[in-house]
Amino acid sequence: MDLKLLTYLVVGTSFAVYIGIAIWSRARDTGDFYVAGKHVHPVANGMATAADWMSAASFISMAGLIAFLGYDGSVYLMGWTGGYVLLALLLAPYLRKFGKFTVPEFVGERYDSRVARIVAVICLIFISFTYVAGQMRGVGIVFSRFLEVPIGAGLAIGMGIVFIYAVLGGMKGVTYTQIAQYCVLIFAYTVPAVFIALQITGMPIPQIAFGSVVLGDSLPLLEKLDQVVTELGFPAYTSGTKSMIDVFCITAALMIGTAGLPHVIVRFFTVPKVRDARYSAGWALLFIGILYLTAPAVGSMARLNLTETIQVGPVGAPDGNVSYEDRPDWFRTWEATGLLSFEDHNGDGRIQYYNDRNPGFAQQAGRFGWRGNELRVDPDILVLANPEIAGLPQWVIALIAAGGIAAALSTAAGLLLVISAAISHDLLKGVIAPQISERAELMAGRISAAAAIVIAGALGYYPPAFVAQVVAFAFGLAAASLFPSILLGIFYKRMNKQGAIAGMLAGLVFTYGYIEYFKGLFLQWVGAPWGQDIASEWLLGISPEGIGTLGMLLNFTVAITVSRFTPPPPLRVQALVDEIRYPRVTAGEASSD
Amino acid sequence: MDSKTAKHRYWRANLRLVAACLAVWFVVSFGFGILLVSPLDEIQLFGVPLGFWFAQQGSIICFIAVIFYYAWRMNRLDREHDVEED
Repeated sequence: MDLKLLTYLVVGTSFAVYIGIAIWSRARDTGDFYVAGKHVHPVANGMATAADWMSAASFISMAGLIAFLGYDGSVYLMGWTGGYVLLALLLAPYLRKFGKFTVPEFVGERYDSRVARIVAVICLIFISFTYVAGQMRGVGIVFSRFLEVPIGAGLAIGMGIVFIYAVLGGMKGVTYTQIAQYCVLIFAYTVPAVFIALQITGMPIPQIAFGSVVLGDSLPLLEKLDQVVTELGFPAYTSGTKSMIDVFCITAALMIGTAGLPHVIVRFFTVPKVRDARYSAGWALLFIGILYLTAPAVGSMARLNLTETIQVGPVGAPDGNVSYEDRPDWFRTWEATGLLSFEDHNGDGRIQYYNDRNPGFAQQAGRFGWRGNELRVDPDILVLANPEIAGLPQWVIALIAAGGIAAALSTAAGLLLVISAAISHDLLKGVIAPQISERAELMAGRISAAAAIVIAGALGYYPPAFVAQVVAFAFGLAAASLFPSILLGIFYKRMNKQGAIAGMLAGLVFTYGYIEYFKGLFLQWVGAPWGQDIASEWLLGISPEGIGTLGMLLNFTVAITVSRFTPPPPLRVQALVDEIRYPRVTAGEASSD
Repeated sequence: MDSKTAKHRYWRANLRLVAACLAVWFVVSFGFGILLVSPLDEIQLFGVPLGFWFAQQGSIICFIAVIFYYAWRMNRLDREHDVEED
């Protein structure tokens, strides 16, 4: 069967499933719409959270990043999982006991301040929209690559599907479709990994194949990989190039940022009880872990495959490199997309792929007659091209397309819902028009979800050129503004509104300023002279991706200091803190020490 | 024991458990995977340098275990201190 037709079939079937679920799970009141009526079983919730969390980035980009970064890629592996420990231990059970509908609502009530609630809403909207732009871009790309549909049409179709189950079913519809999407994406990720692991090491379980011996060789995979890449002047796969403090800070910023992301936190509002919230975080990480434990295997094997496809013989031998004429089919297909390109610098008709920025290797390369690296590969194609590189059957390739779309749509839906709740529940009901009825609020929720979808689609079509940097900013912002405020709200009774607002603003301004100065997010647009990301000028050697960690420390310091000089929170707020700390205590019973 | 002291005890027990779990979280990721990665890499765990393994797979496995342990232990704590949600 034609690959395109097969892909249409597989993707189309998955869409039919999502729509079926949407119809079955229509939302009837605001409780359903915002928190799925608090009826979601912890295991089901774990699966939905995993799908919500694993976006197009986790599915498509992460293994590619690991493939080219080696050890340095660990920042993503640890950073995007470690945050769940923080959520489970420090936030989820207490917020579930709080029992309302949104994160800004908690901030507003705990700090007895509409201003605080509005600041939280602003952070939330920024974080969520930047994230969702990336997802929409991912949906468009998968459609155009695999289904040969123009990006605009692909976006429209993706938006349409999300519209149906998010606007109709709210959190309930989103949760159950996310479960279906988890099944699709985990299957789509694992199957190629199993095939490739079998091919390279004879061990079908990819997570274990990571340490196995390569077939036809005596070396374990990673040792062989280290050898193969260092022979071409690349840094060893198992050691990195980033400084230790930077690795530390980026990992911390990602972990803490994860625990501060509103669309993840809200997932713990939907389970029936506090004890379910604790277990649900465990289940979520287990389901996430299935993919994340496979990714290092996928990354390392893809790197080995790619390098050995180009370097077919001993390094430096005249026929050691594949000739351009004889390049494999997958090479030709991906060349057509522009994500893979070849330039014959030395005119020998063969492809030299090596590290031409390594001065230690340059002399050797010169002696081989090499004149610069000739192959440019976009890391994003690695996961998508892996099945083709390994010569896997067509249905596997179609599956990858469905998986990538599932990953992008599930995350997009979670984000859009949290944006819509911030508008209808926090802004409208909470601040602007508190007297509106339940029905009106539900309608407002649906309308804002629809509007958010349209804006997200537009952002996907005209993405800010700096989407990747803006997502890093989203994590930094969550780490520096939202996480500390929520944490202090639960564990430090003395924290009051002045401290919280001062801390949030300090963290926000510092983190935004630092990233703006080095990356030129917005102001470069208007001609600011900054935006030169010069590593030697970083504060303490910490990159913009890791600065959220310092921003968080700043928030804590400012918040605690300011709260010491201002009056303590009112007794009724202190009673609120007591109420959320104990799974069973009523507000009347709570102590006020 | 009055209810105020009982709640204090519960909260203290909670904080102790959280601190212990966070210590493990820190050690397996930042400790073994970052700060001590070079010395640990001298040891090979079935074909993978140990520090590198912690950074790429081991820490994640430990995170999952920590969360489940915390949930189980905390739920027991709720029962022992009679604050279990009904």
